[in-house]
Amino acid sequence: MTDREKILAAVAQNQPESSPLPNISFFKGDEAGIVEKYINVLTTIGGQVIQVSGYDDIAAWITEHYSADQRLITALPDLKTAAKLFEPVTTGHELADVDLAVIRGHFGVAENGAIWITEELMGHRSLPFIAQHVAVVFNKSDIVPTMHEAYLRIGETEYGFGTFISGPSKTADIEQSLVLGAHGARSMTVFLLG
Amino acid sequence: MTSEAKDHAQLADIFNKDEARVDWHDETLWWVRAKRDKAVHQLPEWEELREAASQIKHNVLSNLNSYLIQFEAQAQANGITVHWAADGAEHNRIVHELIKAEGVTRMVKSKSMLTEECHLNEYLADNGIEVIDSDLGERIVQLAKEPPSHIVLPCIHKKKEEIGDLFHEHLGTPANLSDPQILTEAARVHLRDTFLTRKVALTGVNFAIAETGEFVVCTNEGNADMGAHLANVHIASMGIEKLIPQRKHLGIFLRLLTRSATGQPITTYSSHFKKPRPGQQMHLVLVDNGRTVQLGREDFRNSLKCIRCGACMNTCPVYRRSGGHSYHTAVAGPIGSILAPNLDMKKYADLPFASTLCGSCTNVCPVKINIHEQLYKWRQVIVQEGHAPALKKVSMQAMTWTLGSPSVYRAAGKMGRWVMKYAPFAINNGFNPWYKQRDMPEPPKESFGEWYRKNR
Ligand code: SF4
Repeated sequence: MTDREKILAAVAQNQPESSPLPNISFFKGDEAGIVEKYINVLTTIGGQVIQVSGYDDIAAWITEHYSADQRLITALPDLKTAAKLFEPVTTGHELADVDLAVIRGHFGVAENGAIWITEELMGHRSLPFIAQHVAVVFNKSDIVPTMHEAYLRIGETEYGFGTFISGPSKTADIEQSLVLGAHGARSMTVFLLG
Repeated sequence: MTSEAKDHAQLADIFNKDEARVDWHDETLWWVRAKRDKAVHQLPEWEELREAASQIKHNVLSNLNSYLIQFEAQAQANGITVHWAADGAEHNRIVHELIKAEGVTRMVKSKSMLTEECHLNEYLADNGIEVIDSDLGERIVQLAKEPPSHIVLPCIHKKKEEIGDLFHEHLGTPANLSDPQILTEAARVHLRDTFLTRKVALTGVNFAIAETGEFVVCTNEGNADMGAHLANVHIASMGIEKLIPQRKHLGIFLRLLTRSATGQPITTYSSHFKKPRPGQQMHLVLVDNGRTVQLGREDFRNSLKCIRCGACMNTCPVYRRSGGHSYHTAVAGPIGSILAPNLDMKKYADLPFASTLCGSCTNVCPVKINIHEQLYKWRQVIVQEGHAPALKKVSMQAMTWTLGSPSVYRAAGKMGRWVMKYAPFAINNGFNPWYKQRDMPEPPKESFGEWYRKNR
């Protein structure tokens, strides 16, 4: 018998009588004050939120906060005056010296500050993690209250890799002191459009 | 390992020698527990979420056979290679083969309690493979040549000065550093080099979705992603009980997991791996290692619902004052004390006794595992099977008799106070329904060692 057969046989033998899945459709969050809530939560966990009316504001912010000798990359053509447009790479290693990555997000989640981002928005899977700093752009109207609405929205969409990112990389492993910038991005700036 | 010869009480004695450190350990974990409470109290639907999570996990356990087959088919359709390992040895062999096939001798690994359970690092070291643990806490204990003492906070027992010394010795940082910011930065630089130079990365799995064949890995540091996205080969190891039926069920579990663990609303990264990158290999190892046996033990089956949040450890008065290493098993604390005897009843016979049965673990568990009841049941099984720890036999019998009769204590003023303070589980029983929705009050710390020595 292969290990697969052994395991499946043992499971079949030992699993209890089938019990049904619960209904979870009644879990819903509150839409009221959702933008403020999102900003509040993300700020509390170390992110920064900037409300902008268009891409020009974002480009101006990048130019103001970063210098031309830094490696700034964006996957958004609208920002190509402020950062270099992402060009396909064979491996993430080519991105190891990126100072700032600016990418698009699908939507945000008010209860935890997270943004859902899938692979095609990242350029390369490693970019939001390997860049020293990351900025994510999405529409103010694209905020959902909780993770329940988030998965309803994701539904059955196809992706090879997708992630919720909520703030900068962090650790509290040393005596529970919070330190931002563990292995991923040291800071996360969110541009809320609209 | 000498620690394997000692039981929980003896190991706790060693930990208890440094009273100041015990106080600090206790207070730090209680602080994490308090953060959990604060996060939880912000969600009015918390109890419904726990109930839903528990029911979903029950559905998983009762249909595990078909979910495993469904998951395998979906994952394969996504381009993931699925392996099956009946035990830890087979798991380790599979991982070693994959590393060899890539022609390398080094691997980077993010947090995976399963690989601790299988003793993967030791096995690979014996076979000439170097493994670097990339979670900061795990890297610290790895440098100290110790196992993690907590499943979420691996080096919670270490002082920052000790970490400074370890980094000085192994990473070449200046002597006498103790600033967490500076130490973390040193680890960031050291591990970035590791991520960039390893061709094989192993990660754990928090949840795997039968419906879609994808798996989810949660970290705050981003270390799982750094390893996986830069490596040619990504190996993910998971226990077969980590399955959940549908993607939408993640909504329930991701809301519960980190609030229970640290009081955060979610981890920084909740990464959904569905397909390998172009040119990358993605392997998933499904591990049994005793889980199917536990599935067949009706009284202990629910322990397989565990999502490894660590809340039961943070709240446990025995864990907080005896330290994770006193449990001499990969998963410490209350849940570890239920899981370990399933693997080796004789070796871990002491663990179900390392509890006051106060029920605080059960009250905080996000998937509603009846932890303290299972600990009590294990005691009965262990005594019946003749494995009761020698010292405990007499004292436990006495304790069971006296604490089984709360009326004895209610009559005696002084003794009653003793029970309230040191053995609240005698109060926390069916006779006191007011207790049901409450978390246990913290027992005064100064006399714990004394109490535990007497009652071990
Ligand atoms: S038993 Fe419950 S509380 Fe303990 S780690 Fe598992 S899920 Fe968390």
